[in-house]
Amino acid sequence: MSDAAPVPAPSPAPGLRIEGATLRYEAATVFDRLDMTVPAGRWTCLLGPSGVGKTSLLRLAAGLPSEGAAVAGRVLADDGRPLAGRIAYMAQRDLLAPWASALDNVLLGPRLRGEMRGPRKAALRARAMALLERVGLADRAQALPGELSGGMRQRVALARTLIEDRPVVLMDEPFSALDALTRHRLQAQAVELLAGRTVLLVTHDPLEALRVGDRIEVLTGAPARLADPALDPAGAPPRATDAAEIARLHGALLERLAGGEAPAPQALEAAE
Amino acid sequence: MSALDLLRPLIVAAGLLALWQAAVWLTGAPPFILPGPVAVAGVLADKAGLLAYHAAITGAEILLGLLLGTLFGGASALTLSAFRPARRWLMPVLVVSQALPVFALAPLLTLWFGYGMASKVAMATLIIYFPVTSAFYDGLRRTELGWLDLARTMGASKLSTLWRLRLPAALPAFGSGLRVAAAVAPIGAVVGEWVGSSAGLGYLMLHANARMQVSTVFAALAVLAVLSLILFFAVDRGVRRLTRWRPEA
Repeated sequence: MSDAAPVPAPSPAPGLRIEGATLRYEAATVFDRLDMTVPAGRWTCLLGPSGVGKTSLLRLAAGLPSEGAAVAGRVLADDGRPLAGRIAYMAQRDLLAPWASALDNVLLGPRLRGEMRGPRKAALRARAMALLERVGLADRAQALPGELSGGMRQRVALARTLIEDRPVVLMDEPFSALDALTRHRLQAQAVELLAGRTVLLVTHDPLEALRVGDRIEVLTGAPARLADPALDPAGAPPRATDAAEIARLHGALLERLAGGEAPAPQALEAAE
Repeated sequence: MSALDLLRPLIVAAGLLALWQAAVWLTGAPPFILPGPVAVAGVLADKAGLLAYHAAITGAEILLGLLLGTLFGGASALTLSAFRPARRWLMPVLVVSQALPVFALAPLLTLWFGYGMASKVAMATLIIYFPVTSAFYDGLRRTELGWLDLARTMGASKLSTLWRLRLPAALPAFGSGLRVAAAVAPIGAVVGEWVGSSAGLGYLMLHANARMQVSTVFAALAVLAVLSLILFFAVDRGVRRLTRWRPEA
């Protein structure tokens, strides 16, 4: 299943610029006037300890609300065109609809936008089937999510993200709930399938960031700041995790994460 | 399901009937106070036509009430969840309306809708309206927030999010409301008949009770119980089919 060629990215993927990102709860400031660049067509990993505000930053980039917080900042595409409709979002949980088959779950986006009618319907179905085949689940197309393993479910979610065909993909710890082996395989698969797209992946796992990231940004402290400079590990992802260099960087990243100011407990709670 | 699972309720029922008959024999209660199951069975056979006629009327009232109550309740829940102003203005009305005992309205309904079926249908509708509305509305309100995020990034309209995600997700809650409705709808219809009617099992019971035909009262009760059970299990089955994807706890 790792022989998957990338699903061709639609048009050249733009890079992102997050400018002046600010998120405040009544009790704490999660981050304040934060700037971040996400290079075009590559994987950027946003690494940080739990509760530092990674998810909030990703949600801000995705245009999703953060309940009960004052949010400011803008997210721009570096090609000058608006970002609306060019972002796909993948969450930590697979968020599959339990009443719908794997195939119908892949088709959720087209269904929600009312595209599943007329001549397009057959084409979209065929595309969904092709994507399920790419993630190795062609024979489980009619299975309900409850009948699939966690890894399979996340692969269906990946196919659901791919059918959206968006040049920018934002992912919030999509592999963290999986067992180590499944995670390892799925990371490689995702890197191959999403090649050419601009990917921003949030993770708390330094090893995951080292495996899939072209660039690794470390977010620590309260209010949170990005470590400067960002880390650009050598070699193309997915990197083997047994290399000495990766082990060294893993240790260094852990130190960097541990060295960040510990955020106040309320801030941790609020940012979750 | 083993044979014992099927037999168990029958054994329990037979045991209860035997106890009942024994109580009648031991106490020597006259049949116009406590008829035994044998006497009631006799009435069930003798007056089968009469019982069937009244059962059909009560059954129709229950079904119509269930249908209307589900329709109104479903529509109300959808309106409440779709429009914030509706929520602000109607929710208090809905809650206050529940402070009124529905039974107390029965005489009024009879006054307004007459002695025929309409007042009983209205009664059954009223009594199931609230459980259906509140259960379904609750289900619609508790949509997994992640799904709403996903729908938003997918560029879904509010309406299609409601139709494709929130509605199917609320079906189990809606089903719970329907089960309650199926259990209480017969109560609504019979109470309506007691207050004023010219037909139906409730009417038959009242009529027979006044003439000390207690075995007929028991026979009507037995028919009503069977009717209610059939209705409940039919609805339960339908709900299960509708929410087959949901793992049974």
